[in-house]
Amino acid sequence: MAIETSLRPFSLRDAAGAQYHFPTTRLALLCFVHEECQTCALSMPLIEETHRAFGSAVDVWAIGQDTPGNATLIERHGLTLPMLDDDALAVSFAYDLDTVPAIFLADAEGRALQSFIGFGKGDWQRVHAELASLSGLAAPEVDWDAYPESRPGCGSRSVEPGIAERLIAESEGSPLRARRVDIGEHDDIHEFMFDQGLTDGLPVVPPTPERVLRMLSGTKRDAQEEVAVVPPNMAPATVEKIAINAVMAGCKPEYLPVVLTAVEAMCTDEFNIHGVSATTMGATPMMLINGPIRDKIGLNYKLGALGPGHRANSAIGRAVRLVLRNVGGGKPGGTERSTLSNPAKLALCFAEWEERAPWEPYHVEHGFQPEDSVVTLFAATGGPTMIVDQTSRDARQIGGSIGMAMEAVAHPKAHGASDTFLVLCPEHLDTLQTNGWTKDELRARIQEASSRPLRELLQDEHSGAGVPRDRFGADGPTEEQLDRLIPKFADPSSIHIVVAGSDAGKFSSIFQGWATGPRGSQIVSRKIEEA
Amino acid sequence: MVQILDPTDERVPVKRELTPRPEHITGTVGFLDISKPRGNVLLDRLEELFNERLPGVEVRRYAKPTFTKPAPEDLRKKIAEECGFVIEALAD
Repeated sequence: MAIETSLRPFSLRDAAGAQYHFPTTRLALLCFVHEECQTCALSMPLIEETHRAFGSAVDVWAIGQDTPGNATLIERHGLTLPMLDDDALAVSFAYDLDTVPAIFLADAEGRALQSFIGFGKGDWQRVHAELASLSGLAAPEVDWDAYPESRPGCGSRSVEPGIAERLIAESEGSPLRARRVDIGEHDDIHEFMFDQGLTDGLPVVPPTPERVLRMLSGTKRDAQEEVAVVPPNMAPATVEKIAINAVMAGCKPEYLPVVLTAVEAMCTDEFNIHGVSATTMGATPMMLINGPIRDKIGLNYKLGALGPGHRANSAIGRAVRLVLRNVGGGKPGGTERSTLSNPAKLALCFAEWEERAPWEPYHVEHGFQPEDSVVTLFAATGGPTMIVDQTSRDARQIGGSIGMAMEAVAHPKAHGASDTFLVLCPEHLDTLQTNGWTKDELRARIQEASSRPLRELLQDEHSGAGVPRDRFGADGPTEEQLDRLIPKFADPSSIHIVVAGSDAGKFSSIFQGWATGPRGSQIVSRKIEEA
Repeated sequence: MVQILDPTDERVPVKRELTPRPEHITGTVGFLDISKPRGNVLLDRLEELFNERLPGVEVRRYAKPTFTKPAPEDLRKKIAEECGFVIEALAD
């Protein structure tokens, strides 16, 4: 325990309501105790004897940490010394107590002369000796043989989970700066938060100061550090503001570094969340997590990888969306203008089953180390769209099926399409592996299987979508141009491949992108530094 | 009573008055193409009509680099300096 030269002044009352102020202008012995602690029970008779011996010159006080327990101690030990009530634990917190009993000997000005925690025969003897010397009174006659040499103390109530966060939140040194909103006793907290427009339409966990403090324990970053400026309102998002929204989303503190990194990635000029939110196409950040943090925080990448039921996936995805809504001000009907929108706007976060494939995982493919934990954001406008193929038996067949299905992205005639994520299920992966295919071989097959002659992609009487004839001049395309094969994607690198899902089932899925690239939204991958 | 922390940015937006609408269009009018497909078709036609009906008014054409992002600061400043009016064209 740190001994300060001057002990913090305080005022406390006893059970009868009499007020006691420290410093007292006399010598004082402050004894913090808790009724449930065995070492406190061992010490109480000694504290009382000290009071009886020195009370005429020294203020010997017991400071009890819970009101009913204090009464029990008085009765059980026949105490006559003042028992002050620190049920609120404000003084215990201010004294930075980890352990009770905690004994402080102070002079008339409140300067610490001695202090110790737990029980120590030698400690008490030194206290008695100093009191006798300073007061001129005789030390009590204690049967020291009846006492053990030492006993460790017990945890102070002020550091119990739940209580510690409240005390920090209420203290002057609190890291919290956000406006505090009092919710009336007769208001329903959930209805209140809906009414204030703070939710995505589902209930949220109320972000009480205690919960936000617990959330902040998930990062070493300063609570007031600005993490990003969030469009569309270009509002600064501090670690604290993101932590508040993470609480609301249902995150655990250990998820916070992922949320912070995802918010940073989302608010880059490259990702362009302003456009991603505003587009009528209904785009939303798809979050892919790679690296060791997946298992550390329980991100699901196996059975049901893209669905609900896994807290880390759902809560991290939701937290990022709530930051966008509450800090950035991006709300449906405001700057968020999706025609139909997408349930993925509630939360879309999953991880890659890196170990399942013989391939490099996504983050390593993009220049990170295998041991790095990385969050990747992709502006998705649709998906997961399922690819069903239960009968292909070799790589060429399954690759062909996937290519044909991927031609439907956005519109079958929309070739030169935006980037697309293929989430390959393990059984389809195994079929590819019967021929030992690489990711690039799969990409090439997708391009081959999705290639169509230009004549099938022109705007025509069957469908007005596709390539306009006048792009080829007044006479339209030549026969040679009409026969030219055009693959679905302008470049194979637009096909992003990750593995996830359960071992059973031949169902892969795709997420289609929104204007991927500098004119729209670029894919952004960031290392989670605190992972 | 429960106390919660405000999850929003806590900022109150500045309220600005709309510029008074003049009776007549004079001087220079900026046409801003946000760069969506066929925005130029709309603005070309509009420019024809302006030339026909408001021959004394000068039309200046501007374009955003991409429709997916807000207009760059420099472009906004240039339009504000050069024009008394602006027409922004979306399309598809």
